[in-house]
Amino acid sequence: MTKKLIPVQEAGVQAALAAFLQAVLTRDDIDMIFTPVRMRSGAVTHALVADPGILAQADPLAPVLPVNGAAQMARLTVREPRKRIAAVLRPCELRAFVELVKLKQASFEGVTVIGIDCLGTYPVPDFMADHIEAIPQGVETGAIKPATGYRFRDACQMCEQPVPGAGADIKIELLGADLRAGVPVDVPEVFADLPVLRDGAEAPGRAAAVERLVAARTARRDADFAETREQLRSGGGMGDIFAACIHCMNCQQVCPICYCKVCVFRGQIFDYPPEKYAAWAGRKGALRMPTDTLLFHLTRLNHMAVSCVGCGMCTEACPSALPVGQVFRAVGADVQAAFEYLPGQSVDEPLPLVTFKENEWNEVGEE
Amino acid sequence: MTDPIFEPRIVAYLCNWCTYTGADLAGTSRLQYPPNVRIIRLMCSGSVDPMYVLQPLLHGADGVLIGGCHPGDCHYQEGNYKARRRYINLKTILESAGFEDERVWLRWISASEGARFAETVAEMTEAIRALGPNPLKVAWEVG
Repeated sequence: MTKKLIPVQEAGVQAALAAFLQAVLTRDDIDMIFTPVRMRSGAVTHALVADPGILAQADPLAPVLPVNGAAQMARLTVREPRKRIAAVLRPCELRAFVELVKLKQASFEGVTVIGIDCLGTYPVPDFMADHIEAIPQGVETGAIKPATGYRFRDACQMCEQPVPGAGADIKIELLGADLRAGVPVDVPEVFADLPVLRDGAEAPGRAAAVERLVAARTARRDADFAETREQLRSGGGMGDIFAACIHCMNCQQVCPICYCKVCVFRGQIFDYPPEKYAAWAGRKGALRMPTDTLLFHLTRLNHMAVSCVGCGMCTEACPSALPVGQVFRAVGADVQAAFEYLPGQSVDEPLPLVTFKENEWNEVGEE
Repeated sequence: MTDPIFEPRIVAYLCNWCTYTGADLAGTSRLQYPPNVRIIRLMCSGSVDPMYVLQPLLHGADGVLIGGCHPGDCHYQEGNYKARRRYINLKTILESAGFEDERVWLRWISASEGARFAETVAEMTEAIRALGPNPLKVAWEVG
């Protein structure tokens, strides 16, 4: 890897990153770029871009994450023939992509990951209403503050992994840098001769800035976990937290880990004969309808908690504003600790539920 | 919670090759065990979907027992090893999410262990009796 600098001109950081992506697209070994792009309306979407002209609108720093791009990258890479794609991914998107590769729903084949420091994203409605500025205060020091009057998404506030990890081929290193001077980028040797790049070095304050941000986010995460666990263990627990669930399954739809094309809960196995509902109502005194909402959440936890990367798409998608992501992250953390597994780190480490050792949990089942 | 008329209802998923045959042996050996268990035969403990456990619990079963072959003895080589990991996954989630995970048991019981099957059912019935009825049985708001 080589430290380089993407020079920033008067047009600003977005234009500089767009020019960098245009340069990447000129390479013979890259066919297309997957990146957030700002549309005419002002909305930002992920897009697979083939035309270098459209890349002028690329906006990897736009502080919004409408969908987790890993699920879209899975569509592009799950089977042959594949284009050679350079994909701009935030750290939570990259972690989800790693999990999808392990779940055999995506592939790193032909993919060049352009990882980018994530400074935090706002809920889509907030972003759409005011097109909040991309670069918050405190990038240089790591003491990042959201725009006045706004909050980052809950998941972002408690994200302790804002820096791209293993799996990123190119790293756009915003933290610690004075972005008016240029955007530091860490590229593999073969990319070092891209004409747009200048010689660079790691920003002197980077390590401290990353440490500061991670510490603040970790503290917030632990406070959030404590609060969520308290709620889960008190009185009505998970049933109360999900009391207003309307079973829309948006959380499942947007979850990058929930990859089943047809979720079992979309089938008809939970359409019971009328007398069944009546029997339950008679026994319990009343029957909550729609039924099986808690079963849905607990089943989904069984399927994906071990791989939950904490992107928080589920929270954003919930029309009842339930803290779905907070519950799933807190429970996910316990499951991940039980298996000593950190999702999204390495494609070589097997998924806990598809592997086993003969010699483990030997006390289980023997009492 | 020691309601004298409370009789625990336990759903048991038993693998065809070991525990179900062990239960059969308990019967043919005329061993007495509590009638609180409702047995469902599966081909392997590795085929126990977490929903098979969650659905009865949420609808008011007082306990769920999963029975499989001892590690190393699986008819399908590795089904019970996978079941063990799924059980850890499920138990951790139930505990973390604030449910009574002690209502779910996994026990390895071989085809020759009729007595162990009878003892396990007796032990679990008493443990669940001590725990009391599953609160979800009457909690209409949870579902």
